[in-house]
Amino acid sequence: MIKPMHKFSSSLAVILLAVAALFAGPVTAQSLNIDIVKGTLTATPIAVVPFAQQGGTPPSTDVADVMRNDFNRSGKFRSLAKSDVVEFPAQGSDIKFATWRLLKQDYIVVGRIKDAGGGMLRVEYELWDVNKQQSLLAQAFTAPAGDLRGVAHQIADQIYEKITGVRGAFWTRIAYITAVGLGDNTTYSLIVADSDGFNPQVVARSKESLLSPAWSPDGRKIAYVSFEGGNSNIYIQDITTGSRQLVSSHKGINGAPAFSPDGSKLALSLSYVGNPEIFVLDLGSRQETRLTNNLAIDTEPVWAPDGQSIYFTSDRSGRPQIYQTTVSGGSADRITFQGQNNLKPSVSYDGKQIAMVQGNGNVYRIAILDRGLGGQLRFVSPGPIDDAVSFAPNASMLLYATTEGTRGVLYSVSNDGMVRQRLALADGSVQEPAWGPYRQR
Amino acid sequence: MNKTVRVALVALLCVGAAACSKKQEVKPQAQAPESMAQTETNQTTGKYTPADLDTDACLRQRVVYFDFDKTEIKPEFQQIMACHAKYLQDRPMSHIRLEGNTDERGTREYNLGLGERRGNAVSSALQAAGGSASQLEVISYGKEKPVCREHNEDCWSKNRRVEIVYTAQ
Repeated sequence: MIKPMHKFSSSLAVILLAVAALFAGPVTAQSLNIDIVKGTLTATPIAVVPFAQQGGTPPSTDVADVMRNDFNRSGKFRSLAKSDVVEFPAQGSDIKFATWRLLKQDYIVVGRIKDAGGGMLRVEYELWDVNKQQSLLAQAFTAPAGDLRGVAHQIADQIYEKITGVRGAFWTRIAYITAVGLGDNTTYSLIVADSDGFNPQVVARSKESLLSPAWSPDGRKIAYVSFEGGNSNIYIQDITTGSRQLVSSHKGINGAPAFSPDGSKLALSLSYVGNPEIFVLDLGSRQETRLTNNLAIDTEPVWAPDGQSIYFTSDRSGRPQIYQTTVSGGSADRITFQGQNNLKPSVSYDGKQIAMVQGNGNVYRIAILDRGLGGQLRFVSPGPIDDAVSFAPNASMLLYATTEGTRGVLYSVSNDGMVRQRLALADGSVQEPAWGPYRQR
Repeated sequence: MNKTVRVALVALLCVGAAACSKKQEVKPQAQAPESMAQTETNQTTGKYTPADLDTDACLRQRVVYFDFDKTEIKPEFQQIMACHAKYLQDRPMSHIRLEGNTDERGTREYNLGLGERRGNAVSSALQAAGGSASQLEVISYGKEKPVCREHNEDCWSKNRRVEIVYTAQ
């Protein structure tokens, strides 16, 4: 199923950007093309009926569409195609359950949108169990007309949690880097977008490489690496205000920033000591603590959820593998033993799963090491040139980067690897994905 | 004796002889054997000058290539190490930036490390051949600046490189 959306011509997008850049406030970035490239038949069937418009002007966002795409992308649900929705109940009392049983649906969502005055809309929805003919959820959101996508994601999150028992992560944001143009004419942008790739906003722009965006735990700031000063330096930028500070500019590599779970520290990789070593920088006192000390490349640190240990990539054994050390330093334990090369760990919220880039020969794929399952390893991407991965905050999905032709693209993939969705730019590369934390309601 | 002076002298010798001066208009780049000879002249009679960076066959080679997963300087690049090290000795105010690069396999941050390791290997080789550490700096671009974008070994081998960039001559 291919669903190309938001197909701006690139020149139009560039003009829009140029105009937008003249004003303060968020800058809209070139839209991503979004296609689902694989589906699964084992997921739970759910019907989302188009929400009824009750008064006011019809909004441009189709709330039910946004929810259907969220459910499909998760791999946990298979939503009934809009074209197969034959009846249009707006509330529970209107549902003819026989119809939906015939369509083999386990759950049905109905809803309506009302004008709440002052540019606000009230969105009401109900979730029903088709077989039990039982109401499971009935909630309402009031929001500006411009934020209907956000409302749709929050409804999808509530339904996801009600049925699966796991908090939904559709109403979250992602960060990534785009590279548009060739050679010296390449422009790099740090972009923040909704989890489904919509509403892309430019956070930073540079003529030199940008890489390794990392979210602060409150979702307000992003640390990243920029070559704009010639060398790799680390900045922390406030997404909303745009203000930023240079936090690391040593000689050599300043790379791979990662906020601690409490947001007070930054783990990073610095090579001014001779070769890349893992450090922890206290953002308050500016004090650096060195965690590793050897002749290998030690980089890509990430924090365990409890903030007490750090996972990182090291080639101290000859090839890159994942290691774990405590925040006070000392010895490091190797935790990956399958695969020639293992790089760039991403840790699930509960610390049980570690996603990484695994290289065997010339094939680099995304693998998940399940420490809760005695170290089982599974691949969730086909490769062969995957190079970055990031867990969603509920670990139900991951974002990873790969290369198709000469173009970098992102995929979101369900945790079981069964459903993938491509996020691509019409012209240019998308790379270095980082899935943001839960948002505050 | 530097190239400019030498060409000028040859030109003087040829004054009044039209056939002779025409022959001397041949571009130095097209004269590999003569340039090699000139290298020897420089080494026996004196020191490199900035002009040699454009004309000397050895100094004009400023890219060192590496095998997959390797940081050793291959034997065929030892001569290049020697002439650039000699240039650094001859020109104490000169300065080189060594730009380390990798192929596309693996993550960006790890490749930053690999690129730096290769840059350091070239820096060490230049110092071993007589260059001074203060004249050398290493910067790694990892896989950010490929010269070739296809996904095969031929292309990867072109990207696994250290570029020798003179920031002061």
